[in-house]
Amino acid sequence: MDSRRSSRAVIDPKVRQVGFFTSAPLPPDRTQSDPPDPIRSPPLADASSPGNSLSPVMIPPPRHPSDSLLRLPHSPSDAFPPPSPTTTTTSLGDFSDDVTAASSPPPAAARVRGRGSSVKQQGAASSFPGGGFEVPPSVKAPSSVPASGLTTVSVVKLPPGISENAGGSVSVEVQSDRALNSKPLKEKTSKAERRAIQEAQRAAKAAAKAEGIKTPAVTALANAKSAKSTKPSPQRNDSAVVVAASEKKGGDRSVEKDRKKDVPHPRMQYDDKSRVQKLKKRSVVKPTEARNRVELFRHLPQYEHGTQLPVLQSKFFQLDTLHPAVYKVGLQYLSGDICGGNARCIAMLQAFQEAIRDYSTPPAKTLSRDLTAKISSYVSFLIDCRPLSVSMGNAIRFLKSQIAKIPISLSESEAKATLHSDIERFINEKIILADRVIVKHAVTKIRDGDVLLTYGSSSAVEMILQHAHELGKQFRVVIVDSRPKHEGKLLLRRLVRKGLSCTYTHINAISYIMHEVTRVFLGASSVLSNGTVYSRVGTACVAMVAYGFHIPVLVCCEAYKFHERVQLDSICSNELGDPDSISKVPGREDINHLDGWDKSENLQLLNLIYDATPSDYVSLIITDYGMIPPTSVPVIVREYGRGQLWIYEECDPLASPGRCSDAVFFVDGLIFYPSQHLVLSFWFPDRPPSGLNNDLLERSDNFVTVAENGNFTNFEL
Amino acid sequence: MPDTQALVMTFLTSLKNATARQTAELLRSVISQQRVPYTNQAGALIDAVKAVGEQLIAANPVELAVGNIVRRVLHIIREEDLSLTTAAIGELNLSAVSDDENDDDRDGNTTLSAAAVAAAARSTLRPPSLQTLLEDTPVSAAVPQTSSSGAADKSSRSRKLKHDVIEAVNELIQDIVTCHEQIAEQAVEHIHQNEVILTLGSSRTVSEFLFAAKEKKRSFRVFVAEGAPRYQGHLLAKELVARGLQTTLITDSAVFAMISRVNMVIVGAHAVMANGGVIAPVGMNLVALAAQKHAVPFVVLAGSHKLCPLYPHNPEVLLNELRSPSELLDFGEFSDCMDFGSGSGSPLLHVVNPAFDYVPPKLVSLFITDAGGHNPSYMYRLIADYYSADDLVVQRRAIAGN
Repeated sequence: MDSRRSSRAVIDPKVRQVGFFTSAPLPPDRTQSDPPDPIRSPPLADASSPGNSLSPVMIPPPRHPSDSLLRLPHSPSDAFPPPSPTTTTTSLGDFSDDVTAASSPPPAAARVRGRGSSVKQQGAASSFPGGGFEVPPSVKAPSSVPASGLTTVSVVKLPPGISENAGGSVSVEVQSDRALNSKPLKEKTSKAERRAIQEAQRAAKAAAKAEGIKTPAVTALANAKSAKSTKPSPQRNDSAVVVAASEKKGGDRSVEKDRKKDVPHPRMQYDDKSRVQKLKKRSVVKPTEARNRVELFRHLPQYEHGTQLPVLQSKFFQLDTLHPAVYKVGLQYLSGDICGGNARCIAMLQAFQEAIRDYSTPPAKTLSRDLTAKISSYVSFLIDCRPLSVSMGNAIRFLKSQIAKIPISLSESEAKATLHSDIERFINEKIILADRVIVKHAVTKIRDGDVLLTYGSSSAVEMILQHAHELGKQFRVVIVDSRPKHEGKLLLRRLVRKGLSCTYTHINAISYIMHEVTRVFLGASSVLSNGTVYSRVGTACVAMVAYGFHIPVLVCCEAYKFHERVQLDSICSNELGDPDSISKVPGREDINHLDGWDKSENLQLLNLIYDATPSDYVSLIITDYGMIPPTSVPVIVREYGRGQLWIYEECDPLASPGRCSDAVFFVDGLIFYPSQHLVLSFWFPDRPPSGLNNDLLERSDNFVTVAENGNFTNFEL
Repeated sequence: MPDTQALVMTFLTSLKNATARQTAELLRSVISQQRVPYTNQAGALIDAVKAVGEQLIAANPVELAVGNIVRRVLHIIREEDLSLTTAAIGELNLSAVSDDENDDDRDGNTTLSAAAVAAAARSTLRPPSLQTLLEDTPVSAAVPQTSSSGAADKSSRSRKLKHDVIEAVNELIQDIVTCHEQIAEQAVEHIHQNEVILTLGSSRTVSEFLFAAKEKKRSFRVFVAEGAPRYQGHLLAKELVARGLQTTLITDSAVFAMISRVNMVIVGAHAVMANGGVIAPVGMNLVALAAQKHAVPFVVLAGSHKLCPLYPHNPEVLLNELRSPSELLDFGEFSDCMDFGSGSGSPLLHVVNPAFDYVPPKLVSLFITDAGGHNPSYMYRLIADYYSADDLVVQRRAIAGN
């Protein structure tokens, strides 16, 4: 029950959401129909059919702290009584017991163990480090109550009452944002009541949020208490399962809301006149609107290019609110000196680092609030210079969440140091190390004699090609380029310098050159959660032709560029470049038909920057979490993409087994999520996963064979 | 004389649009200058045309229009000869009725000619059938024979054949010149109000087509892909704007992004093969694939002189032309990398700049020719109307003849 452990238990749920979310969309009535299953299948007996026991819905919750671990397998039969008044009362009794005693064993541990035991048979418990099991129950007490697996799951996901044991600083950090989420969960009241309470809570939350970080936890607690007090309402007469279901639904909704909060509010639509006016008042750059705007893209900013730069330069001394580093980066964006998702993101973060270093909280203001506002103003300046990329958006989200997480107790210098190191870590882990991992993965896909095609200039792909060349692989590179940026030329130059054999062509010749290609490596600006690859314009063409020629298309993209947004076409969201660069063909003075094009009303030049590649064309996405099919993107987004940092201690399965509770570990660093039908490769920073005793025997498209203590288990994918 | 003209032609092959007409004009002068023997005139003309045609085709085998015109002219000669023969036989029949003496002799002659005519007629009407191909030799033997036997004594007929052929070639030239208008006439049937049309590069046929629709008071927008590295799209955009059409110029890479908002793709072709495949400016396959993905009709405009009676084999390579890398890269820019003399000898840098793309027939929704709209699967039959099966392989015959 030491605070360190408890904090870990608090962290755990983040991942356990995985399991929960798979079942979340189920309507409550379905869970009602389910209960017979778990009753029939105690985990031990069920080991051979992992499908059943692995479903998060059916994991039996521990009922009493005194329950020995061995007793757990039998608990489901108790835990899933047929919905009858009597059992409800007993569960009610249990509930109060638990609340008062605050001593039910952590559902997290139970779940881990249940899973472990079902998958690994007897040896499971021992195979996991004990830490996860001894999570202090008090953390979860209030709502782990209703004696059904369903409830436990939801509880596991969103432990309420966190505020009660604000132990270590880590736990505080996590709690502060967890607590916000968990509040609405706690009501076990009728729908109307719940709604009312939720409304109240929302208001309270908003207020509390405004006041700082610590307070919401308290209000949450209070809310939870009030919710509890309303519990003996008619609702309680329903079966436990119903309660569980409704609670689950509530939890679901709150999570949805929480997620909605995470989603950046709808993008600015530039055909909305009033908003554009508002924006103009705010903005520093004051661009002039392009004259011949493309009708189809009214919703995107279409400004005259080249006019902002001198204006901005002249404004340097007026922009005292702006940090010089941010200003510099903004100018570099504007002039196109920095382009490419990673470069832009790193430049921005480093500018923020400097800005934070030079930041001092004004009197009578809190650091977290004021700094967030400050960062927001920087960001809007950068947006004025050039629309943000998804990667930058994610990085900003991360930074803001880190700022919000700073405990109020921390001194300013400490907070700044924390943020500084957070940013540093983000750059290192999410970008630099991620690229290294991508390179490591991708190189395995390059064979001798391959002809690799790439489009434009992607930093990840360039590293892959160079690394493969350094490894002595014999291959040839086809660089496909397109107007007007001709980024491929730079890549070509760098690769040829390094001694790679290159073929250069333009995108129109793609059908010609594709005959000789064996692999296509593409970079991406972003990967959206429907598998769409949002990338430099023309990527879709290349992928389409490769698909037509049955050539595998491998997209290399760091996971921090993943985004939960979805997009079907390249029109709704895009960026428009300078139309003048289309009318002029550098080096070809004879092509001058369009000089003075902007004088004619009927002619528009469209310089799209990005396009969306449908997921059908993508064979594989290589990311820092491994090589995944495009259908698995939402899993990555959901699991890792929620603004939190991929921190080793946290994700290390040895340290926190709960986090990977529904996973099967393999010695070679793979994690298999049976519930996700997903095999992720796991990255251990410094030590091998020694404590794991599953061996991956075979892995094909359809199944994974795992050996454990001489027993073989097949998991269907 | 034909030799000098062939040389002139090779100079002119670079001008794509005019080549078909120029070839026809050249062949017309070849025919008019050809001295026609009294016997086997058609054969002599055919030989002369083939000899020139072989040179023309060899000068630029990728320029399929040249070969097409040579074949067309050969076909014209055969047809004119045949019609003359039929007329002659008609005359003979008349004379057979008038003269009663030497009955059996005449009879034998007419029946023989009638059989030959029937065979010849069959060969012109159903050229590509296996039967005609097998009968090929006797027929071609029979045609010169009849013509010689029928026309041996009449010098006026020889002049008439040449005259007719030249007339017909003139008609062909006229067709080539007016094919744009004829295709453009069909524009209103295919373009409706507020349509969004995408095209790539520049083609006179396409611009005339769009103008015609515009003149009929249809208002529509056009996306023009610029067609790197020739950037003819710029020219087309300029022309369209001059005619008051709403035009948006896009980069070729944005084709996939924009095609989802396009109602129809209308493009020109370099040549249309007998299987319905299209040889088109580079980048067209990209557009066609994108159009297929988004179920956008892909319409190819082609004058009948672009219909090629050959079936393509590996057209991306064999019917292609690699242009200068300087269109893509400045030599100065990469001079250090293009060093052939250094190191292992094989240069590290290759630049590929093909001129044409092959669009397989399954990606084409419709062909619009001056003879109306057709399915890709119908092209072989359409082609059979314009060419005789004997001429499909111009070169080999000609080589054998020479």
